[in-house]
Amino acid sequence: MPMKIALTGNYAVAYAVKLAKPQVIAAYPITPQTPVVEKLSEFVESGELKAQMIRVESEHSALAACLGAALAGARVFTATSSQGLLYMHEIIHWASRVRAPMVMAVVSRTINAPWNIWPDHSDFLDQRDAGWVMAYAMDNQEAFDLTLQAFKISEDPEVYLPVMVGLEGFVLGHTAMPVEIPDEKDVDAWLGERRQPYVVDGSEPIGVGGLTWPEDTEDMFYGIQQAMERAKSAIKRVDAEYGKLFGRSYGGLIQCYRCEDAKYIAVSMGAWSGELMESVNMLRDEGYPIGVARIRFYRPFPHEDLWEVARSARAVFVFDRAISFGSWGQIYADLVAGLLLHTNKLPPVMDIVTGIAGVHVSAEDFYAMIKKLIEKVESGHNIGYFEWVRVRR
Amino acid sequence: MSAPQTQRPLPPLPAKARGIVLPGDTSCPGCPIPIAFKVLASVFGDKMILVIPACCTSVILGTYPGQSLKAGVIHVPFASAAAVASGVAAALKMRGIEDVQVIAWAGDGGTADIGMATLSGAAERNEDIIYIMYDNEAYMNTGIQRSSATPQGAWTTTTPVLGKLEPKKDVAKIMIAHGVPYVATASIAYPHDFYQKLMKAKSIKGFRFIHLHAPCPPGWRFDPMYTVRIARLAVETGLWILYEYHNGKLMLSPPSQPYLDPSKRKPIEEYLKLQGRFRKITPELIKAIQQHVESNWEWIKKMMS
Ligand code: SF4
Repeated sequence: MPMKIALTGNYAVAYAVKLAKPQVIAAYPITPQTPVVEKLSEFVESGELKAQMIRVESEHSALAACLGAALAGARVFTATSSQGLLYMHEIIHWASRVRAPMVMAVVSRTINAPWNIWPDHSDFLDQRDAGWVMAYAMDNQEAFDLTLQAFKISEDPEVYLPVMVGLEGFVLGHTAMPVEIPDEKDVDAWLGERRQPYVVDGSEPIGVGGLTWPEDTEDMFYGIQQAMERAKSAIKRVDAEYGKLFGRSYGGLIQCYRCEDAKYIAVSMGAWSGELMESVNMLRDEGYPIGVARIRFYRPFPHEDLWEVARSARAVFVFDRAISFGSWGQIYADLVAGLLLHTNKLPPVMDIVTGIAGVHVSAEDFYAMIKKLIEKVESGHNIGYFEWVRVRR
Repeated sequence: MSAPQTQRPLPPLPAKARGIVLPGDTSCPGCPIPIAFKVLASVFGDKMILVIPACCTSVILGTYPGQSLKAGVIHVPFASAAAVASGVAAALKMRGIEDVQVIAWAGDGGTADIGMATLSGAAERNEDIIYIMYDNEAYMNTGIQRSSATPQGAWTTTTPVLGKLEPKKDVAKIMIAHGVPYVATASIAYPHDFYQKLMKAKSIKGFRFIHLHAPCPPGWRFDPMYTVRIARLAVETGLWILYEYHNGKLMLSPPSQPYLDPSKRKPIEEYLKLQGRFRKITPELIKAIQQHVESNWEWIKKMMS
């Protein structure tokens, strides 16, 4: 029987992992991710989850141990945040390049210095070129669902790539919300046994990651790009079957909120999309035709879906919670490049970088920012392309 | 000149290595690595998974899709060997695979320098792996740069004028301090001793560390025909001491036993003079090395009693 319990985002991830039954977990503590590992340790020590828990001495080793275990045939999981994620970065690339299916939760926290534990998307987006499928949750239920689905997507023979699931620390991580947990037997039947492209377990001689000429290496990387393309349909397939079995489907790589008749589209990712949607309701009440396209999967980048939503828009407003210094928000850059694959006549696309370093952006803040922009567009003014809005109260 | 010690010729090692250590690797002439691999293969056959960080072995096993070692090999980033090996061992355990040995095979740089924290972590967790540090005493793969395991007085490309001024980092001692079940030193000049140690390690559960002395012709500047001779001289001069540490006890290995007596040791100059890397060594540094040798033996005696 499915059950509904109040869980923090961190615990929601841990409960999903428990249901996915990884055989090896390796992790290192870091705020705000730590409760994920603590809960999983509890599951392992109490015997509720039959897994080897490797309590490593660094995040670099956490992902390295996951890499070894994954190649040797185990389903694996780790979680981290911010500096820990950066410390892993070398292995993050290695894992995708040897096509090792695995799942990692990224409980987002601003990249330091200065010391700052509040969430933005800087840590997550810093991994964008690493060859991982990258999903980001809006609430705790979705963090749960995405974590479980991540195992299915990662081990899909069409994909065979590692998957990271992002969620904001504290905002979701430490905040309890009701989460529905499906029945273990149903999950077992749906998820099935561990699958991977090859295994290093002594059953046959095999070498992984050795010296390789440029042409062969390029072919391997080309394979990752192709897998990313196939991942788009795999993600949609998994979302649909999950919806059928467990009652929740989110629409695939993006979630559209009041987009049907929208003339303005706000693009976002993560927990603050909730506030953004609230502001859309406020604007709708005043007659502004606006909707939200929320990015659930950042890699592969859902440019086709976003194009469908944006093609008839008068303007698109991107809310980026991270910045590539010297340019603009990462989502904005990807969106503009992605839309240009479909048209050479873009609607005005404006990037609003805000909420950086964990600064809170409320529904009212979104409301005020969007209303000002829409009024500018309606009165024929140029909205520009980029603004960093530092919300202060 | 003292008469050479007459010894019974040692029997050949089991021939399991044939068909596992294949011809056609790309190592330099006189490389110590294939010698060591033959011993590894004679103990484990193809039932081993080597986890190899950046080092000469990353290159000499050949290029994709070929491989000159018929076993499982996972190449991994520089600082990660002990951690990846921990993961492999955990997965095999969960999957009930018991006849395959996980071996982290790393150079001195990947062990004593960049891999030190990872190694220490795996040792402290008492991971069920064998870690072999093959010590060619510098970063050879990148062109002979100094590592913390480079001996005092040695020329490298990053100690080009003065030579290395600091003594060699003693990783085996560091491992003993971790309290792991098994620590041993070995040398490619004594394959039987290395073989026995691997057999012993194989019979023990938990973290096992073997520090393997491996002279490198291009890096140490000697003629490739002298690899084994130089490795043997390191033992005969008392510079490299072969021992095992198990159950809290240190046992001096047979090849090193005669040299407990200082008068049996050859002068260290015999070892140094064959190697171009020590060409510019000063008498002061030779004295420092000599002192280092003495204090090492003092430590051995203390640990044996
Ligand atoms: S540099 Fe030395 S250790 Fe490396 S392959 Fe050549 S001989 Fe072997």
